[in-house]
Amino acid sequence: MIGADTGMNFSLNRVAAMVRRYWYLLRSSWPRILDLIYWPTVQMLMWGFLQLYISQNAGFFARAGGVFIGSVLLWDILFRGQLGFSISFLEEMYARNLGNIMMSPLRPAEFLLSLMIMSVVRLSIGMIPVSLLAIAFFGFNLWALGLALAAFFANLILTSWSVGIFVAGLLLRNGLGAESMAWTIMFLFLPLTCVYYPVAVLPVWLQYLAWALPPTYVFEGMRSLVIDHVFRADLMAEAFAFNVVLFAAASLAFLKLLQSARVQGSLLQTGE
Amino acid sequence: MDAQSTTPAIAVDHLVKRYKGVAAVDDISFRLPVGSVTGLLGGNGAGKTTTIAMIMGLVTPTSGRVTVLGAEMPRERYRVLHRMNFESPYVDMPMRLTVRQNLSVFAQLYAVPDIEGRIGSLAADLDLTEFLDRPTGKLSAGQKTRVSLAKALLNKPEVLLLDEPTASLDPDTADWVRSRLEHYRADRGATVLLASHNMSEVERLCERVIIMKKGRIEDDDTPAHLLLRYGRETLEDVFLDVARGRQRNEAAQ
Repeated sequence: MIGADTGMNFSLNRVAAMVRRYWYLLRSSWPRILDLIYWPTVQMLMWGFLQLYISQNAGFFARAGGVFIGSVLLWDILFRGQLGFSISFLEEMYARNLGNIMMSPLRPAEFLLSLMIMSVVRLSIGMIPVSLLAIAFFGFNLWALGLALAAFFANLILTSWSVGIFVAGLLLRNGLGAESMAWTIMFLFLPLTCVYYPVAVLPVWLQYLAWALPPTYVFEGMRSLVIDHVFRADLMAEAFAFNVVLFAAASLAFLKLLQSARVQGSLLQTGE
Repeated sequence: MDAQSTTPAIAVDHLVKRYKGVAAVDDISFRLPVGSVTGLLGGNGAGKTTTIAMIMGLVTPTSGRVTVLGAEMPRERYRVLHRMNFESPYVDMPMRLTVRQNLSVFAQLYAVPDIEGRIGSLAADLDLTEFLDRPTGKLSAGQKTRVSLAKALLNKPEVLLLDEPTASLDPDTADWVRSRLEHYRADRGATVLLASHNMSEVERLCERVIIMKKGRIEDDDTPAHLLLRYGRETLEDVFLDVARGRQRNEAAQ
């Protein structure tokens, strides 16, 4: 036996091994890389041109240039962050490699951290070129948001990881039968977190639910910044507080679902 | 004998696993001494894979207890996972990664020192050197099995669990894999538990055979004693006797 290990210690070395594994996969497949850029570009162009048309024909939108395109780009951080996390996890199931990983000394927390890192890597590959295209086509500079962008990004990526962690638990427990959750669950957030309209548009009872979701604060904060030129730090702090709760709940759910997968014997047979 | 040498590498006590009320493993017990090679025989659905999965800590028993190198599974698995490894037809290595990439990722997961050196020596030993930079998915079944075996031996495990290690291999490659396993066991003094349908493989590699049927242990002895007791010339005939519920040849005892 070599490579002695004392037990419960966390190892960044094992996290690095998993990141390397996903990086090897990503760089070996150009369709995978193209897929990271393709949809964000299409979305950004469609909403950008729509905004251009509306702004030329409506006074409010003429004053609030960048609201739609900002919403699209921030929504993509949320959606693609979760997708980047979930797809890396799904790759293990497609490859029938989950048994090897679960039998290795890799701890669940290390596995999840490697997936979080990969979600940022995949997001960067997709979003950086798209954000530059938004400048070229529509003059909307996401990077000019500066510190606000960092706050928006941190909160959105935290939510995307929480959802990704929960979906990974469902996949462990239910196998690829739960795969569609990975692709569609985030769309539940689309109407509820008020990506393209203010929370005030929702019926009052639904507003309570919207304000319980961290991304709602981010999208409201973005509108406040773009329309009123005010950065709402209070909204970001509230989003962060909700994110901490959401992340803890998702991690707990993941551990419970993993435990349940061990009881059900679904870790070796992760097919349909 | 000191306590260390008398502690079994694997201890299974009254192990039960039920899925929706159906017993996949039904109250089995055995102990595997350090350095032993044991065959787990049984037909499809006999409970071999479930037993191995519980020993690996991938499946939680309904009741009973499994300890590996003194650690209770799955509760204390992280104490011993770096001292174990396995090969199973239920898992694959990622196909798009090259053999070298796959092995280096797993070597890092198992904290293997001198990763390149270890991969080089395993590749030489398992005749994989020329395939190291080829995508794993492009290899033949026999080559993939050797890669899986290389992964299973990367951390020089003290406990090696093998589920059908030569399934789907041609006789020549299967024989070659068996001889490598014999060498590894002789070199490292590892404890090996081998689930197989291949009777000649079990006869050749194992000093003890546990025969399972419908989740229970039907017999447990050395190959020679089993042959004698059942009055048969091959383990395959013994296996068929057990599978078909024939009585042991008591007169031959």
